[in-house]
Amino acid sequence: MSLLKKDKEIAVPGEVLTKGEEYSAGQGTYKDKDEIVASRLGLFDVRGKIISILPLSGKYVPLRGDVIIGEVVDISFSGWRVETNSAYSAMLGVKDATSEFISKGADLTEFYNLGDHIATKIINVTSQKLIDLTMKGPGLRKLIGGRIISVNPYKVPRIIGKMGSMVNLIKDHTKCIITVGQNGLIWINGEPKNELIAVNTIRKIEREAHTSGLTDKIKEYLEKSYKNEKA
Amino acid sequence: MKRPDGRNVDELRKIEAKAGIIKRADGSASFKIGNTIAYAAVYGPRNLYPRFLQNPEKGILRCNYNMMPFSGSGERIRPGSSRRSKEISLVTEKALLPVINLGEFPNSVIDIFIEFPQTDAGSRCAGICAASIALAEAGVPMKELVAAVAVGIVNGEVVVDLSKEEEDMDGAVDIPIAITTKSNNISLLQMDGMIKQEDIKKAIELGKKASQKIFELQKKAIKDKYNV
Amino acid sequence: MYNNLKQHIINCINQNIRFDGRKNDEHRKITIEYDISKNAEGSARVKIGNTEVIVGIKTEVGSPYPDTPDEGTIMVGAELYPLSNPDFEGGPPSTQAVELARVIDRGIRESKAIDFKKLCIKEGEKVWLLLIDICVINDEGNLFDASSLAALAALKNMHFPEIDGENIDYKKKSKQGLKLNEEPLSVTVHKIGGNYIIDPSNEEEEFIDARLTAAATADGTICALQKGGDDVLTEEDVDNMITLAVKKTKELRKYL
Repeated sequence: MSLLKKDKEIAVPGEVLTKGEEYSAGQGTYKDKDEIVASRLGLFDVRGKIISILPLSGKYVPLRGDVIIGEVVDISFSGWRVETNSAYSAMLGVKDATSEFISKGADLTEFYNLGDHIATKIINVTSQKLIDLTMKGPGLRKLIGGRIISVNPYKVPRIIGKMGSMVNLIKDHTKCIITVGQNGLIWINGEPKNELIAVNTIRKIEREAHTSGLTDKIKEYLEKSYKNEKA
Repeated sequence: MKRPDGRNVDELRKIEAKAGIIKRADGSASFKIGNTIAYAAVYGPRNLYPRFLQNPEKGILRCNYNMMPFSGSGERIRPGSSRRSKEISLVTEKALLPVINLGEFPNSVIDIFIEFPQTDAGSRCAGICAASIALAEAGVPMKELVAAVAVGIVNGEVVVDLSKEEEDMDGAVDIPIAITTKSNNISLLQMDGMIKQEDIKKAIELGKKASQKIFELQKKAIKDKYNV
Repeated sequence: MYNNLKQHIINCINQNIRFDGRKNDEHRKITIEYDISKNAEGSARVKIGNTEVIVGIKTEVGSPYPDTPDEGTIMVGAELYPLSNPDFEGGPPSTQAVELARVIDRGIRESKAIDFKKLCIKEGEKVWLLLIDICVINDEGNLFDASSLAALAALKNMHFPEIDGENIDYKKKSKQGLKLNEEPLSVTVHKIGGNYIIDPSNEEEEFIDARLTAAATADGTICALQKGGDDVLTEEDVDNMITLAVKKTKELRKYL
């Protein structure tokens, strides 16, 4: 039997996606006898003979290699505990924190203090979800000034765009500095008016992430925002 | 035979379901059936403290059922948990647990809070229906949704979705039941009253049919939220 | 600690453009719905932006206090449900919940909005108790204004149940509403980095220096005050904040 859903149609857990042996069960699905069934809320997707469900919602799941925005919530002798906007907090060890030499017994708050936000990279995730971070790499730093907004982590690829095209569009128009974390936290720093336009634009992308021709729509939206601004 | 409110034996009260009603929650829903209104909010998977509660094999599920102080038909209900609300919280948790895949979230917790601004009959079932929508909206991996409804016997006949008036009638039997909507199994079963075993079978069959109707409304609630 | 974000919030407030684009003295969009719960004798839902509060009132018959044998009374409770905010925990009411309830209680009680003598059924024996419960559904800041508005709306929505001298029949609501002599309403003004703002978001609430809640009747008479927050207020602050609060209560009345 053929597919029971159209491409990118919403599927709810327990909905049968296809019957028969023609397709195999990918991410977000499971096999029940000869049926492939959705195991989470998302959009129906077929690549070749593999059926998957692309998530529409859910908490961020920490992945090795992701650049995220985290908040320092605790400081111990060995490093910093960082909230990751997921079910798990992460550890930034002293040796991964900076290229500077940190002497034994140094005051770690001088590097990162409680409440500081950092752009950081996940270097390891264990099966027990113990997470290690590093600050060594391009763009990884303490975030000073600005504001943080939270978006659906599954919309992050759309907000960044191909090769960063979408976020660069926003940066160019608003003159804001923007860092998008894979964990759905976005840091924005600029003039209050411009920050507001950046936030509204990101919210619009988040809402309309599944529609086509989004880049053009966003370009138009940004231009209109600034035209209204002048008027 | 017509029932006191004119429904057929297999007819549910009017249902309205909506997803995404509580913005701060990771997932949420309202489920109204007759005059019973349930709100459910899901938070998580999130950090679980104190640490001794953590399970390194999989995440845990916690449910809390609570009636707002003014939601009952009689006097004010004192805030805080009661023996009744504790038991219902427990059976709600067990009704939902079998469909959720918690293996991906060791050491964490998924919290479900269910609140009722207005209750009539069938509140625990309405709570389970709302919670199920909220879990799906929160993106929690789950094999299927759970639908719940009361079945039972009124005036000697097997009926679905008892009203308060029917519950209070002489000889009425009330059987709250939850059905896993894809695999069609039973994840909640309680009963008040006296009944013959063959009537239990009939009642469960009726409950299974009704759960498919509820599932359609649950699906619609979720899809409506995303089809902007 | 956390000074970074606080300073940024203040920078924006200094320019009168808050994070969500509002001016410092602006409320978010407000809606009121009545008759939220058929089982309550009065109820209302208030939304301020995404913040949502339901207030429901139950009536009971009880014995009067010995020192006021011919007066009924009111009781206000507040439930900060864990459903409404990931930081709220279950269990007995927190200090925050108790403060909220008592501030709303004071506004109603001290304005003499309700004539407690009219709540007397039989002197020395039976009086009406009005049990007013504030239930928070979604907390995105400013529970004080939302609760005050919802409490007043629920009081205006109230109908006593039928009573046959002895027993209440909760199934039958009588035509008798609750006569309100005054309509107390409060607005809370927050001080942050030397500025005054109203209707804060969760994020702003976290960083405020001090706050002042002022309840006023329709003609602007002040009937209750509550100063909160860690910092002090100057006499000038108090004056300015009361002026702003009273002005805003007048604006909020049009939603009722």
